[in-house]
Amino acid sequence: MHLLHLIVEPGFFASAPVRSALIAGGIVAVVSGIVGASAVFRGQSYAGHALADISVTGGSASFLAGISPLWGFAGVGVLAAGVMDMIGVQRPRGRDLATGIVRGAGLGLGALFLYWDTQHTSTTGATISILFGSLFTITSSLLPVIALFSALALGIVLVLYRPLLLSSAVPDLAAARGISVRLVGSACLVAIALTVSLSAMTIGAILSTALLIGPAAAGMRLTSRPGLAMVWAALIGLAATWLGVLLAWDSFYWPPRHQGWPVSFFVVSLIFVFYLVTPRPARRGPG
Amino acid sequence: MGMFSGFMASTWAVASIVAVVAGVIGFFVVLRGAAFVADAVPQGAFTGAAAASLLGINTLIGLAVAALAGALGIGWLGRRGRRDVATALALVVMLGLGALFLSFSTEYAPEIYSLLFGEVLGVSSTEIAPVAILGGLCVLATLAVFRPLLLSSVMPELAEARGVRARRMELIFLIVVALATSMTLPVTGALLIFSLMIGPPAAARSVTDRPLPAMLLSVLIALAAVWASIAAAYQTNWPVGFFVGAFGAVCYAAGRGWARHGRGGARRGRAPAGPASPGRPGGTSPRAGTALETGAPAANVRL
Repeated sequence: MHLLHLIVEPGFFASAPVRSALIAGGIVAVVSGIVGASAVFRGQSYAGHALADISVTGGSASFLAGISPLWGFAGVGVLAAGVMDMIGVQRPRGRDLATGIVRGAGLGLGALFLYWDTQHTSTTGATISILFGSLFTITSSLLPVIALFSALALGIVLVLYRPLLLSSAVPDLAAARGISVRLVGSACLVAIALTVSLSAMTIGAILSTALLIGPAAAGMRLTSRPGLAMVWAALIGLAATWLGVLLAWDSFYWPPRHQGWPVSFFVVSLIFVFYLVTPRPARRGPG
Repeated sequence: MGMFSGFMASTWAVASIVAVVAGVIGFFVVLRGAAFVADAVPQGAFTGAAAASLLGINTLIGLAVAALAGALGIGWLGRRGRRDVATALALVVMLGLGALFLSFSTEYAPEIYSLLFGEVLGVSSTEIAPVAILGGLCVLATLAVFRPLLLSSVMPELAEARGVRARRMELIFLIVVALATSMTLPVTGALLIFSLMIGPPAAARSVTDRPLPAMLLSVLIALAAVWASIAAAYQTNWPVGFFVGAFGAVCYAAGRGWARHGRGGARRGRAPAGPASPGRPGGTSPRAGTALETGAPAANVRL
């Protein structure tokens, strides 16, 4: 019992914020792992990162409008995904450029909204809480919305699983089989936007890239089978999030300020450690 | 008009240096398709600013150290796995540390905001000298390796064959981006330098394929964008980052429009090193056809 108390500070499982954090963080981590794996397969890490950054714009807009940030994150994210799709992030050449331009313009707008937030409303902590998030501020009333968005994002990726893999690996073959590569790509972008908006809620807008890309990259080093890589990514994301919540709870009495270290820091660091300890992908034959 | 007088003078000076550097380096960012790296290094460098304010040292030093660490981290991780994944991971680790440092410090939110999104009025005259020196270094370094860097960006195989080491060029490029980042960050903010680094060069490259004119044009467009952004920010009191992001997108859109309509779709493969573009598409097809039929001799004559 003493040993357990050394690892888990008393009161961990009794606290309501912790329970919400564990549930919401867990759902988001699983969704991020699975959708993130498909983003990495498709070479859309940068699009995922850009959408994560742009969700700052959504978060700050929702502060202005006085609604829950989640709606802002998701709304602006899907909108930005649409714009990216329109100006051609589908073509491999110049794709990063188009993505970057949308990100720059979106973030600029976010800067303006944040400025208005601090000018016209009294939300002083808006900047920090949008950018770096806090898992402990999620209330249980948000859980249904989180579950809904998760189901949407997961649904898109799982329903389109085969066409998505085929059109990422061999686009010509996919097109020959009557798959609309373009449409699959757009759907995938929307799923990424939804996922990123969820992780923006939990570990913050500019860190949600971590949950999307990190576990997926680690998972893909463990196996060469896409489906299995998705499962690994979900598990690694889940482990990092839960361990992160636990460590953040434990860190309450840590120096220098005795206010606890940010959850986001722990989650990101754990994901990175997972990535580093996974072995380099071995070039092996079947079996 | 107080826009050009007194305390704004240093802002104009520093912003102009920033624009020149962004225009020069941005040209290579666009050429190499390194948008993600140019995006990640500044954003990660933000951590350095947070650490510097925590330790009470000069922000510029903190930024430079963090930017270099980020750039080298991307290089190191890139050898272990895929490039985009390496960039993303290096970035989020830096940002995670940044979040930790921020939670330690008692920094006011407005200061963090200005580090991320830029602050026009925050430039003091003492900042001109370090920014000018760092900026000069970046431009000089870029010009010193101009030809090999150009070659390894456009034709990596040919460059290797001529003894230009791709990995070394990559490293030099990353370091220059990091240095440029640390000097431009206090003006445009961590999140938006990048718009300046890709919007103007992308527009310039739509206008001309020749490297030097494109680079000069990119500098000019960047200067115009920065000046317009500062003037607009001064007038409206809105964050300068908003205008930088918007003008970056406008430049890009204008460039795409120019490429589509102005040149009638006659975009060739860029070949700055010489006449290395054989078969031309489009109107020359009859001649290309005959050349193909006569076969190898014709090709030899051309070479």
